[in-house]
Amino acid sequence: MIQLEQLTWKVSGRTILENVTVAIPANTYAVLMGSTGCGKTTLLEILCGLRQPTSGRVLLDGVDVTDLEPRERGIGYVPQDLALFPGLRVREQIGFAPKLRGMAPDELNQRVNRLAEQFGIAPLLDRLPDMLSGGEKQRVALARALAAQPKLLLLDEPLSALDESMRAEAVSLLQRVQSEHALTVLHVTHSSSEAAALGTLHLRMVAGRLEQESKG
Amino acid sequence: MRLNRSNLCWLALALITAGYLVFWALLLGATAAYSTVDSWLQVLQSPEIRHATFLSLVTCTLAAGFALLLAVPVGYLMTRLEFRGKSWLDAALDIPIILPPLVVGLCLLIFFQTKIGKVIEMAIPFTYQVSGVVLAQFVVAAAFAIRTMRGTFQHLSARPEDVALTLGCTRFQALWHVALPAARRGMVAAFCIAWARSLGEFGPILVFAGATRMKTEVLPTTVWLELSVGNLEAAVAVSLFMVLLAVLVLVAVRATGEKV
Repeated sequence: MIQLEQLTWKVSGRTILENVTVAIPANTYAVLMGSTGCGKTTLLEILCGLRQPTSGRVLLDGVDVTDLEPRERGIGYVPQDLALFPGLRVREQIGFAPKLRGMAPDELNQRVNRLAEQFGIAPLLDRLPDMLSGGEKQRVALARALAAQPKLLLLDEPLSALDESMRAEAVSLLQRVQSEHALTVLHVTHSSSEAAALGTLHLRMVAGRLEQESKG
Repeated sequence: MRLNRSNLCWLALALITAGYLVFWALLLGATAAYSTVDSWLQVLQSPEIRHATFLSLVTCTLAAGFALLLAVPVGYLMTRLEFRGKSWLDAALDIPIILPPLVVGLCLLIFFQTKIGKVIEMAIPFTYQVSGVVLAQFVVAAAFAIRTMRGTFQHLSARPEDVALTLGCTRFQALWHVALPAARRGMVAAFCIAWARSLGEFGPILVFAGATRMKTEVLPTTVWLELSVGNLEAAVAVSLFMVLLAVLVLVAVRATGEKV
């Protein structure tokens, strides 16, 4: 469960987020909409621990994580540009987090292969990011985030670079991933159809404030 | 092509560029024409010049290596962290670039006469030593390497490092596992630029490490020593050898895709 309490973020005297308070229950697929520059990405970055809020608290499963480092939060993050690691092959991208945690090579290979199968990217394991299409990159970024076995997944407009036909496929993939991994997902999007297809909880950011629209 | 005003403008600019390049070609051509096969053979057979060549290659490599070791963390810090007084620190890092070379040598010489300097010299002697040559080269080359690494990190998105932090990395691990592999070409360029800069260093070396033959003599010192005894042919041959090395470094840097 994600709880944001009175979260405020100010930069150079400008208030970007103002007293954001929301509770997202576990295993919920929440979608967050809002105009460009309204603070959606900032909110995700505060949740991840990449930015410190000016005031307020972030609680994950009831634990205050506001002062914890990103690596201590157990959050998977897929930014808008997907941010694949340049120079690392798909296999290394997916195995990055498990390897960092000292996972044995056999177990690491099993996990990488299992995720690659699940995301349909097994034939791409030896490719570099430059040799992947937009859809393939998106799958690799998702697999990389899930390899760390997070409880919470933050997606920042992950489908924005995909064309219409691929987007429908990606939506069903995200639904499947959320239910199979029992994840709480917070998905930022500009697309109403994407939000309608995926969201069970609809949030909207307006002028730095968060409004809950409805529960699906 | 019609000669309209826009084309005339490009033509004028092209002529200025061509004029500058022709000037340099004439300079190098005249220097090369002055050199003879005999003078090259004389240079190759001279034990002093062979020693200076060897010392230049070794000291430049060491200075460039140390410069890179400094440039990577400083460049990363100056790119990724916002803090008060950053613009002042940025300007301070460029001081070795704007200081007259002789002043850099003088600063080094005076520093090693202070109490702190003398304590350091008890562990590693620098003044009028080969280690002093490396230090004099390093002081200036590091500033150029830092500039290059800073440019490299600026061109690399910080986003993959952010993702690495969420995947379990500490900041240092994100630098090591994500930023450094991505900055490989920039690191090669920074090393080459620092190496080339070290090769041409003369003023600080002359003041701080001296120009002792078979001891602290490097290639620029050789040119100066040969000129001072009127051996212009040898000075020209050594200069051309340095030009060749500099061109090779430029080609290496261009091959990395970085701009000097």
